[in-house]
Amino acid sequence: MNTIIQIDGQEYRLKVEQGAGGWNCVLDGREIVVDGVLLRPDVLSLRIAGRIYEVKREAGVSGTHLWVGQTSYAAEWQDPRSLRARKRSAADDKSPRKLIAPMPGKVIRVLLPEKAEVEPGQGIVVMEAMKMQNEIKSPRKGTIQKILVTEGANVTAGDVLAIVE
Amino acid sequence: MFKKILIANRGEIAVRVIRACREMGITSVAVFSDVDRASLHVLKADEAYPIGPAAASESYLNFSKILEVARLSGADAIHPGYGFLSENAKFAQACSDASLKFIGPTAAAMDAMGSKTRARQAMEKAGIPFVPGTSRGLDSLEQAAQVAEKIGYPIMLKAAAGGGGKGMRLVHQREDLASALEGARSEAQRAFGNGEVYIEKAIVNPRHIEMQILADEHGHTVYLGERECSIQRRHQKVLEESPAVIVDADMRRRMGEVAVRVAKAAGYTNAGTVEFLVDQEKNFYFLEMNTRLQVEHPVTELITGIDLVHLQIRIAAGESLPFKQEEVALRGHAIECRIYAEDPEENFFPSPGKITLLTVPSGPGIREDSGMYEGWTVPIDYDPLLAKLISYGADRRQAIARMRRALDEYFVGGIKSNLSLFRRILDDKDFQAGKIDTGYLDRLLKSGTSKVQKANAEIAVIAAGVFAMLDSEGTVNGHAAPSASGWKRMARTEALRGTD
Repeated sequence: MNTIIQIDGQEYRLKVEQGAGGWNCVLDGREIVVDGVLLRPDVLSLRIAGRIYEVKREAGVSGTHLWVGQTSYAAEWQDPRSLRARKRSAADDKSPRKLIAPMPGKVIRVLLPEKAEVEPGQGIVVMEAMKMQNEIKSPRKGTIQKILVTEGANVTAGDVLAIVE
Repeated sequence: MFKKILIANRGEIAVRVIRACREMGITSVAVFSDVDRASLHVLKADEAYPIGPAAASESYLNFSKILEVARLSGADAIHPGYGFLSENAKFAQACSDASLKFIGPTAAAMDAMGSKTRARQAMEKAGIPFVPGTSRGLDSLEQAAQVAEKIGYPIMLKAAAGGGGKGMRLVHQREDLASALEGARSEAQRAFGNGEVYIEKAIVNPRHIEMQILADEHGHTVYLGERECSIQRRHQKVLEESPAVIVDADMRRRMGEVAVRVAKAAGYTNAGTVEFLVDQEKNFYFLEMNTRLQVEHPVTELITGIDLVHLQIRIAAGESLPFKQEEVALRGHAIECRIYAEDPEENFFPSPGKITLLTVPSGPGIREDSGMYEGWTVPIDYDPLLAKLISYGADRRQAIARMRRALDEYFVGGIKSNLSLFRRILDDKDFQAGKIDTGYLDRLLKSGTSKVQKANAEIAVIAAGVFAMLDSEGTVNGHAAPSASGWKRMARTEALRGTD
């Protein structure tokens, strides 16, 4: 099987075939023999040239991540599970950016009105979650096009709080 | 000895107390809010009863409900853990009125120390050195401005009922005072139901070192060594250790004796902690007394060999301290990391949600006090502390090495955790050299993002290829087939295996 795999944005071509000694992989022209054991769903133990690696798959709102030991890699490949993540377009700095609630919680305060100018990193909304107050900051320099929440509103992770253009 | 103890708390500390009860042959009673039925403390307890909705004010802070459960279950004592009702003198009094033993100090001692302003008044009387500022709550912005002018900026605004960094603001100049005061007051009101705020001179980059004390109900009070708690973010402790690098035997004795005097001045009983700020010349100032078990108590347990929760229970049951001050010996070094559900890459935003994968460390010198398990959903309603990882070694170097190794064994998947932060701290040269103060962590975080060595991208590629292969085998008409049978899964697993 030939697969195009993106790891942290970089593209790799990998051929995987089942062989006598495990899995025969061809990565960028190099042949690599892999002894792999699926320990449980989403946890793979790999043995490559005698070295042992544990790889964990984590699927979240920001796409699939593969953890090799304690290091996480953003991973995309042609697989129904991560196909949607591939559609993420390159960030265009001129386009409006959404201010997203990173966690469920309550909007305590809206710090700036619509049409206000903001600097990157400037707080726009204060949210409270798990007893802590956090400022949700502007991702870019620009103007606040729209504020979509009011003080006291409950929001869930991923909700759009405001749009900055 | 008590027959049955109700634990008026949740999370890892409730589990910690339940374990002590089990070890002592005491029946444990858990209480839980609507979102905590499946939480670990409920699963570990002998009995458990619901106490209301998710909001803490209607459940874990609802003392008539908790007292009712205590009565109906036949508990004879209540352990409050830390946070929630642990420093609420009215609750301690209500327990005693209901003929239930509150495992902690008396309401009167708590009253004396629980309010930070009243504690400062008591220390003033007892001649204990403390940080300059007001000993009473602020009436107005004008008064705050006057006091700040007199003691000099920067100043610290603090909630009289405070703890855990809530209701606290560092103010560098007059212009910021009004908004800081308003913020501290509203946060204090929300967190503690008391908006009283006082001023303290901010000692720049002090160390935060605290002394554990234990006092029985027969007039014996001992100190059990210090804990270095300078590594903080937003005034929340993140990593603690014992002993402190800068404290030698003489300084420990002097701090310990002051701590014992503080406790005696308040008529204190049970476990408590006296917090000090230590300046660059190693002068120490009384900061406050925490009239409860501390989150970081395990580091003291490891270097003294004393189980603080067992002793809390025994003291509350009327027993005398089973040892004298001269018999307390410190041995080795211990470090604790507080594992939080928060994202270090995203300004430490809380990250509640389902834990999809969990591997926990073990092996020599490792203790994990946890309130989580795989498959559990971390609720958004409470403090995001998941677990505490504690390492012990013959010396600091070994304790660091063991912690570093254990962190590599630890994995919390599905939600974000601050594990990477601890790797960064433990690898830092200043930390390894013991050069830390309360500004340390902010400086480390500002010094740029952690340079993660991404040397294994090719391993990730190969793993992705293998996962893709497995997924395609398990697909039907392009959709993942969730119903792939166990036999099929096993066959696939076997097919993956090398034959060499």
